[in-house]
Amino acid sequence: MNKKSATFPVLVIDDVAGSKGPAQLPGPSNISHFAGRPRPGEKIIKGVLAFSAALTVVITVGILIALIVPGVEFFVNVPIWDFLFGTRWTPMFADADYGVLPLVSATIWTTVLALIIAIPFGLGAAVLMSEYAHPKLRAVLKPILEVLAGIPTVVYGLFALQFIQLVVFKEWLQLDTGAFSVLAAGLVMGIMIIPTIASISEDAMSAVPMSLRQGSAALGANRMQTSVRVVFPAALSGIIAAIILGVSRAVGETMIVAIAAGSQARIVTGPLEAGQTMTGFIANAALGDSRVGSLEYNTLFAVGLLLFIITLIINMISIRLVNKFRQVY
Amino acid sequence: MASLGKLAAQGAAATTLKSQNGGEYSARAIGFLFALWFSLFVAVLFLGTLIIVTVIEGAPKFSLNLFTEYSSSNPDNAGARAAIFGSVFVIATTAVLAIPLGVAAATYLEEFADKRRWWNRLIELNVQNLAAVPSIVYGLLTLGLLATVGFKSKNFVLAGGIALALLILPVIVIATREAIRSVPSEIRQGSLALGASPWQTVWRQILPSSIPGIATGSILALSRALGEAAPLLLLGALVYVTFDPTSLMSGFTTMPIQIFSWTGRPQEGFHELAAAASILLLVLLVIMNGLAIFIRNRFQKRW
Repeated sequence: MNKKSATFPVLVIDDVAGSKGPAQLPGPSNISHFAGRPRPGEKIIKGVLAFSAALTVVITVGILIALIVPGVEFFVNVPIWDFLFGTRWTPMFADADYGVLPLVSATIWTTVLALIIAIPFGLGAAVLMSEYAHPKLRAVLKPILEVLAGIPTVVYGLFALQFIQLVVFKEWLQLDTGAFSVLAAGLVMGIMIIPTIASISEDAMSAVPMSLRQGSAALGANRMQTSVRVVFPAALSGIIAAIILGVSRAVGETMIVAIAAGSQARIVTGPLEAGQTMTGFIANAALGDSRVGSLEYNTLFAVGLLLFIITLIINMISIRLVNKFRQVY
Repeated sequence: MASLGKLAAQGAAATTLKSQNGGEYSARAIGFLFALWFSLFVAVLFLGTLIIVTVIEGAPKFSLNLFTEYSSSNPDNAGARAAIFGSVFVIATTAVLAIPLGVAAATYLEEFADKRRWWNRLIELNVQNLAAVPSIVYGLLTLGLLATVGFKSKNFVLAGGIALALLILPVIVIATREAIRSVPSEIRQGSLALGASPWQTVWRQILPSSIPGIATGSILALSRALGEAAPLLLLGALVYVTFDPTSLMSGFTTMPIQIFSWTGRPQEGFHELAAAASILLLVLLVIMNGLAIFIRNRFQKRW
């Protein structure tokens, strides 16, 4: 059994990275090559399998069409410039304004706050598991992170709203904040992303060859120095990929922000303010019953298109980096 | 001579540096290790707090009513019956749609696809990307799909199943590929050498050997679908459902949606109900994860 399959697939993002192909042989790398006499039945089966695989591409194309068609209709009514750079988002008002910047500002706040939590703690946990932990300890630590990764986001959202915001922030810390805040949402989202960052970074660090660590130790470095100055730089592309995927998850996360960040779309200027993120808007607007083809309905898709493009770019950078570090070692 | 002296000085400096900073028990190394443990401690502390707070808040409402009663305007006699049944129906639909398709796609990519062809590489890249697409986008996709086909209603079990199946399909593909990849190539070669055709090799050797890995991956993917609410919100699942779903075209709500709905109510009783339903959801997820770990440990072949 290889090492990879020993990791736990609940960390979905962990497996996103799992693209190392089978050993790249110079010749044909799959079993079709060994087919003897032609078998028409097998051709059909292979066709069905290939069709299933091609369907995944159809899904992507479907997403693009589903988002772009209403999106274009939206941009016929609302100039794209006003959408991207407008600072008022009031699609439900009589004098509707469609400037997406308030939504973007809330998304940036929650994402940055989440990363401030997730990056140090995620990387700390990764270094501990990869460089320090005994295999038995790892066997205990991994499931803890997996449980964190498996908690439904509505439960996180409920916790952010009912406990972090109302009890911790308002009652205990007496912070000057309303019923919602981007801080509560971002904080809890950061905890949610820890497993993503920890898991992929740990993979990258475990992939660093032992000889580098031994060389470092032979030169007199202790474990801390080896971890920070040898393993960390060697695994950097994987670590960056992990962080970028964390960003992607934070930008796309819906339920936590829909519950805890509030539903007031205005430019967020401080962490204790409420704000509506892009995903939060889609979730809230979806609750209303908007007619297919109406401007309200198309607005959903325009914001969805922006969200999809942002995460697509982020994902592609991350996937490239992951594939790179897998090739290096 | 001067350069030699410089070298010696450097060496001396390095030795001093080592005696100050080196060693596993120097102050900095201990501090570093402490910081690492602290980061893990934060995660564990948070997890513990979340569970304790949820259980304390939900305990008073975690009763038989939760399972037998429909949602109501009065929190004291409201339950999550419709949501529980809805979740079961939707997840079953999701499983039926996503697992066969995902396994087929993964089998093609691992066993039949020629990696030198650009379209096969495109499919691979595409699956990786799909796995990281925000879940709410799958809701938009399904919504657009229903509008295109011309459905009047959008809140029915099949639509929810399709949205969640699209969401977990890449996860199942990736997990299945991992499982297939861990079957050693000697098995393939042995089977082919005995005269089996490629498909016979896949069907009788490779897939049976991969079943534990596929089952583990599928259960975990379904547990993710069970906790997912965002795509279903777009399908109008946040409605007042006071009946059990009976078919693929029935209206539905699910547990995460019901939790979301109760969270948004002003009365404290509904927040308790939301916490109680969260307990139920967490217990179900722990059971599913436990089952996945059990299958992995008990049945997975070690080659």
